[in-house]
Amino acid sequence: MVKLPIYMDYHATTPLDPRVLEAMQPYFTDDFGNAASRNHVFGWKAEAAVEKARKQVAALIGASDKEIVFTSGATESNNLAIKGVVEFYKDKGDHIITVATEHKAVLDTCKRLERQRQERIDELKLQRLMELTGEDVNPEDLASLEIKHQLDADPVLKRWVDKLRVGARVTYLTPKKDGLVDLAELEAAITDQTILVSVMLANNEIGVVQPVAEIGALCRKRGVLFHTDAVQGAGKVPFDVETAKADLVSLSAHKMYGPKGMGALYVRRKPRVRVLQQIDGGGHERGMRSGTLNVAGIVGMGAAAELAQQELVAESARLTALRERLWKGLSARLDYLTVNGSMSARLPGNLNVSFAFAEGEALMMAIKDVAVSSGSACTSASLEPSYVLRALGVDEEMAHSSIRFGLGRFSTEAEVDYVIDLMVRAVTKLRDMSPLYEMAKEGIDLKSIEWKAH
Amino acid sequence: MAYSDKVIEHFEHSKNVGTLDKNDPNVGTGLVGAPACGDVMRLQLKISDEGVIEDARFKTFGCGSAIASSSLVTEWVKGKSMDDAMKITNKEIAKELSLPPVKIHCSVLAEDAIKAAIEDFRAKRAARQG
Ligand SMILES: Cc1ncc(COP(=O)(O)O)c(C=O)c1O
Repeated sequence: MVKLPIYMDYHATTPLDPRVLEAMQPYFTDDFGNAASRNHVFGWKAEAAVEKARKQVAALIGASDKEIVFTSGATESNNLAIKGVVEFYKDKGDHIITVATEHKAVLDTCKRLERQRQERIDELKLQRLMELTGEDVNPEDLASLEIKHQLDADPVLKRWVDKLRVGARVTYLTPKKDGLVDLAELEAAITDQTILVSVMLANNEIGVVQPVAEIGALCRKRGVLFHTDAVQGAGKVPFDVETAKADLVSLSAHKMYGPKGMGALYVRRKPRVRVLQQIDGGGHERGMRSGTLNVAGIVGMGAAAELAQQELVAESARLTALRERLWKGLSARLDYLTVNGSMSARLPGNLNVSFAFAEGEALMMAIKDVAVSSGSACTSASLEPSYVLRALGVDEEMAHSSIRFGLGRFSTEAEVDYVIDLMVRAVTKLRDMSPLYEMAKEGIDLKSIEWKAH
Repeated sequence: MAYSDKVIEHFEHSKNVGTLDKNDPNVGTGLVGAPACGDVMRLQLKISDEGVIEDARFKTFGCGSAIASSSLVTEWVKGKSMDDAMKITNKEIAKELSLPPVKIHCSVLAEDAIKAAIEDFRAKRAARQG
């Protein structure tokens, strides 16, 4: 018998490995020192523990310990990498290339940089209009005055904007249907203003693993920095900063059986890569990230990284087999299934399937003893289905029908078998009550119907 | 987000799931929503010549709240006159099921489905008599 509820949402987070907890425990109580205290044993102990963890995290990605900056999580790491590069290299250029399927921590950071640039341009336009008209201009009239005074052809404004060093311009690449980045498209998007390419190692929804070695080589060749959000891939698939020629790498402890609220950013030293710090203060982490170090969290992240490295080969074989078992079990007993994203370039523990004619949230409700997640709009506050699936060109209705299964260290065959049975029952039940399934079975083309959308 | 007990009850033990013969002159069919929006509701009502709803069946593609709303209205409309059924509002449905604000559209869809089914029946009857 399996124990309920079953956790199959390892991309959302992972439980702390008991071995990690054990490593962390002393640093909450007996060894509580501040790693920055240089003059007593409490500080020395904490510092030694932090430096050991730094080596462990560095080893996981083939880096040197001096290249690891500890942060509060990968959200912060992504912010620091992108904003830090844009601000530090602003005299070199202001163009970033990323992908529409990136995590929000990357996309929303890019959006803010775009907005900052746009706001500054609007200010320059107002200033120029005041010069041209000789009077005060109300910002609300910008749109109409801009046309009237033909600002888009104004050489003075163009000179100002060319000199602008605020925020960034961003290109969002659309991935291919299988979720992978088109390298030719990436290369074509690079301009002499491009300073950074940010492409994730593995996607959190569809598990697709990007060709980072090729991307890194391309960036190196073109003299552009390469950042990769490796949160979902590090410790799950082989990855090292030399093979990937990565300049900046974001990591998160809680996706690899470490504690939440703990992350790291790898910042290359040879050749030296710089980021402008986003948090000012005591100058910790070589000035790149001030704030008293979370010693217990760092120790946990180090221990988690070491375990992930030791177990990677065996664990990825085990998870691949479990994933195959899950997919074979489902596809043998259900029709109208589609896997979202490449099946070959994929995280071992990920399966993302659309169960046509059954809606994702209803499916999750029907298998309530199993924790999975869905790309259905109904599971988000926005009422929009998954932007990742939409970027792949997946139909909205198929995005609504998607379920993400995330397998991990504590998943078992028995759990997989239980989930297959439960899913088959749930999908069958929901399809039996789905007008779309009935129509499809009758041979009606659902696309031919004029739906009364509400 | 937790579901209300009534939503869970109607979802797990949905009432009146099924299909009526859409060619039966006494059956009105309402099909509302769109697959791209994540919910499609089909409500069928069997209406006597006296205008009383004798039977109701639904099939719904949608989230738990959409399925629960459909199931609930099949129970509510049975035995009602067409005019009374037309008076059922989405507010009543949402209240009965304690739907949160993001799920109000499910109750709107259920109200629309009742109206669409009755209109279909009326159109059929008019065509027959006309
Ligand atoms: C790909 C990816 N990047 C970044 C993050 C954010 O990481 P954290 O939760 O450590 O801030 C996540 C996790 O949600 C993720 O899956």
